Amino acid sequence: MISKYLIVLLGFNLLTLIFSLSKATNNQDNLISYLIFALLTLALGFLINKVRKTNQTDSNIQTTSNLTWKKLKRNKNAVFGLIIIIILVYISILAPFIMPHDPLEMNWGKTIQKPSLEHWFGTDEFGRDIFSRAIYGVRIALGIGLLAVVLNTLLGTFLGLIAGYYGGRVDNLIMRAIEMWNSIPFILMAIALIAALGTGLLNLILVVSITGIMQFARVIRSSVLGLKKADYVLAAKVMGIPDRQIIIRHILPNCIAPIIVLATLRIGEMILTIAGLSFLGLGIQPPMPALGSMLSSGQQYISENLMMSIVPGTMILLIVFAFNLLGDGLRDALDSKLSN
Amino acid sequence: MESKAILEVRDLEVYFPIKKGLLKKKVGEVKAVDGLSFTLKRGETLGLVGESGCGKTTTGKAIVKLIEATGGEIYYDGREILNMSPREFKAIRPKLQMIFQDPFSSLNPRMTVGDIIAEPIKFHRPQENIQELVEHYLELTGLKKEQLSRYPHEFSGGQRQRIGIARALALNPEVIIADEPVSALDVSIQAKIINLMKRLQEELGIAYLFIAHDLSIVKHISDYIAVMYLGNIVELSPAKELYQNPAHPYTKALISSIPIPDPRKKKDEIILKGEIPSPLDAPSGCKFATRCPYATTKCNNQRPKMEVISNNHQVACHHWKKINS
Amino acid sequence: MLNYILRRLLILIPILIFISLFIFVIIKLTPGDPALVLLGERATEQALNQTRIKYGLDQPLHIQYFKMMENFFKGDLKSINYKQNVISVIINRLPATLELGAAALVIAIIVSIPAGIISAIKRNSVFDYISMSIALLGISIPVFYTGIILMYIFAVKLNWLPASGYGGHIWTTEGFKYFILPAISLSFVLMASTTRLTRSSILEVIQEDYIRTARAKGVKEKSVILIHAFKNALVPIVTNIGNQVAGIFAGAVLTETVFAWPGVGRLAVNAIFRRDEPLVFGCVIFLSAVYVIVNLIVDLVYTLINPQITYD
Repeated sequence: MISKYLIVLLGFNLLTLIFSLSKATNNQDNLISYLIFALLTLALGFLINKVRKTNQTDSNIQTTSNLTWKKLKRNKNAVFGLIIIIILVYISILAPFIMPHDPLEMNWGKTIQKPSLEHWFGTDEFGRDIFSRAIYGVRIALGIGLLAVVLNTLLGTFLGLIAGYYGGRVDNLIMRAIEMWNSIPFILMAIALIAALGTGLLNLILVVSITGIMQFARVIRSSVLGLKKADYVLAAKVMGIPDRQIIIRHILPNCIAPIIVLATLRIGEMILTIAGLSFLGLGIQPPMPALGSMLSSGQQYISENLMMSIVPGTMILLIVFAFNLLGDGLRDALDSKLSN
Repeated sequence: MESKAILEVRDLEVYFPIKKGLLKKKVGEVKAVDGLSFTLKRGETLGLVGESGCGKTTTGKAIVKLIEATGGEIYYDGREILNMSPREFKAIRPKLQMIFQDPFSSLNPRMTVGDIIAEPIKFHRPQENIQELVEHYLELTGLKKEQLSRYPHEFSGGQRQRIGIARALALNPEVIIADEPVSALDVSIQAKIINLMKRLQEELGIAYLFIAHDLSIVKHISDYIAVMYLGNIVELSPAKELYQNPAHPYTKALISSIPIPDPRKKKDEIILKGEIPSPLDAPSGCKFATRCPYATTKCNNQRPKMEVISNNHQVACHHWKKINS
Repeated sequence: MLNYILRRLLILIPILIFISLFIFVIIKLTPGDPALVLLGERATEQALNQTRIKYGLDQPLHIQYFKMMENFFKGDLKSINYKQNVISVIINRLPATLELGAAALVIAIIVSIPAGIISAIKRNSVFDYISMSIALLGISIPVFYTGIILMYIFAVKLNWLPASGYGGHIWTTEGFKYFILPAISLSFVLMASTTRLTRSSILEVIQEDYIRTARAKGVKEKSVILIHAFKNALVPIVTNIGNQVAGIFAGAVLTETVFAWPGVGRLAVNAIFRRDEPLVFGCVIFLSAVYVIVNLIVDLVYTLINPQITYD
């Protein structure tokens, strides 16, 4: 069943690839988009292949991922969120190809214009098209947000695994260190760090990924503490399997569920955080379009062009909303499986 | 001629500290295993029987070094293993394997059966043909090789135990510590698994330490039986002899409580008085004294040592002669 | 219990030391010369040097650190920009933030807990559906966007309320007019998440056996909900509020920026921008201490409502 949807996506991908081949690819942005799109097509191909294979062998095999997917499908809200996310992702990847105007192009004659046919949502204080900037802002928000969440998840999971599995002094050390880290309110730390390290994109990702690992580490750690005592872990120890392999093969796969739920909900938080930092001028720097900084300028000109604020604000809202819907759905789907 | 001992345990002690307070000071000890000794010969089965909490599982885990022993010595094939470095012990690990009690938690739910059995092989015998070996061990335990790609939850309890046994066999062990391997199974399945274990023992010459809480379970598979009470062995004897001539009062009580499937035979059940004392507060003399109908002051003050009654039959009781005259 | 409180307060000391070291390192890593910022680009080298000496910026780092700590605790640390004692600068602006934060908290609780309870009782009704949708929206919307929207509607379009600034204490009529919009903006996210959590928490508790027993015993439905169910549902709610404290801090900073509210959040941010090192130092230590103490209070409230948890 899943393969039907995937095949549709794959077809869409291929068509667009061929179509965009005709467009010039000298722009760096275009190149990135093209590459990501190509990778996505390949990934879809692999996924379809894998789904086909598992469906062939035995349709009665009820793996946990099958069960979860089935439950998730029934939750209309979650599916709705997922669809929005997919649409947003596609818009982001295709952004360079579908933007009506160059988001960086300034036009001094046409500043702060109200919505018109040429500029669907008007222009900002530099004459730049708001719509294009918003699309581009979504692209950057999603890209940076996802990257930051991946790093954050890796870090939190790693620390939680080590603390939970090895216990004792190591556990104490790691958890106390994380608590100390947590005792500075995040926003102050982020601002101070960015002020110190500079405002580049890399720094932003770095700062945002090292915050808030407490929740991750705690949840993973308590999962690991429980799993550690399972007989199959003891069996692996008796067989002489080294710790590293036990963690990767036995412990980690059995606590993936909370990781996925947390990570999905994290994405929303991350994007809000990055938007907030951009709003204060510390996040994504001009002239790169950032939804947060667009709101900041929008506030200044709110009487002249309301769209300057509404468009970026609603885009942020939409992205986070979709991820929250999906995260909620995942949590419900996985939780009931856990309590079973 | 006697076969050589493959596993010898001498005065094994496993004490757990109790820590209280801010600084986690040690305020006492739980003496889970308090001076345990036995010998296991190649290809033989020693049944280790006792109530819950008597320390039998702890003994098993201490032998495979899942739990750290705090005293005593364990000899595997003549080599002392408790003081061995982890590196030296690595070479011995494959020889000392374990089967677990709960068929539902002894297999990783996210791995296929094939992967579960293959894991030890991949680690210890990577140069051999893994697929062949996996199929071999699976079929050895009575399952079909077509089931290799299935997940544990698709099997019944008995089948899962078979998978657990196959996994243990994959390392060619000489000794298998079976920690209540059939306690969680239906009675009809219990017999099947025990028969499987017997057959494997005959074919492969594996020695078993068969841990159980029920004397009737170990009857058919054990060559020798050791009865445990609160961290000590109170009686050790060849199986048949134990059921016919139990010497220790505790053993007698245990045997008398085994249900006899014959409504005509009247049973003289010995009901012990008192409660099992907490291992935190173990009595200083004979640990069974508080419940023993024959206890005297000597029993309260002095720990009885194991005395030999007859060939291979030992008992730890001051008054065994008087009780069994 | 007292033991526990004392222990937690004692831990404050190493935490503060850690934070002070951490923030000091960060401050020193920050590019930019406080003297330059203060005197402007046209200043002569001599004037700059004098300023540097005046503020002790020429000393070796560890001496600077100890001097800062010493001065801070003596109450002698002076802000470069305000030319006043750092602590008094902070205390000056503290009431504004406290009023805002406390009010936001109260508003959030007053609205969200009843809403959550009603949603739980009338599960799947229209009320439930609407309140959950709004709540989901609430946790997805950035706090500064809420602020801007409210500002637009009530200040720009309708002109009922002033757009920004501070009008004195919030219990005065003037002060209240200035404070109502920022307070609502700040409370919105907490309100939304608490409503959701209250609802799910009560739903979980309602299914427990002891509720059935209470009903079977003939206890009135209202009392069942309000007393039995609610007390037990309170635990995750309080935990959640505790987790949100950091978010409230961040929200305060952003809200103060949107509404030009003269609180410590904006003070700290501006201090960092202006490289006012002593002020940054003081702010971070002070605010972190407040944060830790607030967490402690939350934990204590937690023990009050959950008799199972004891700290010994």
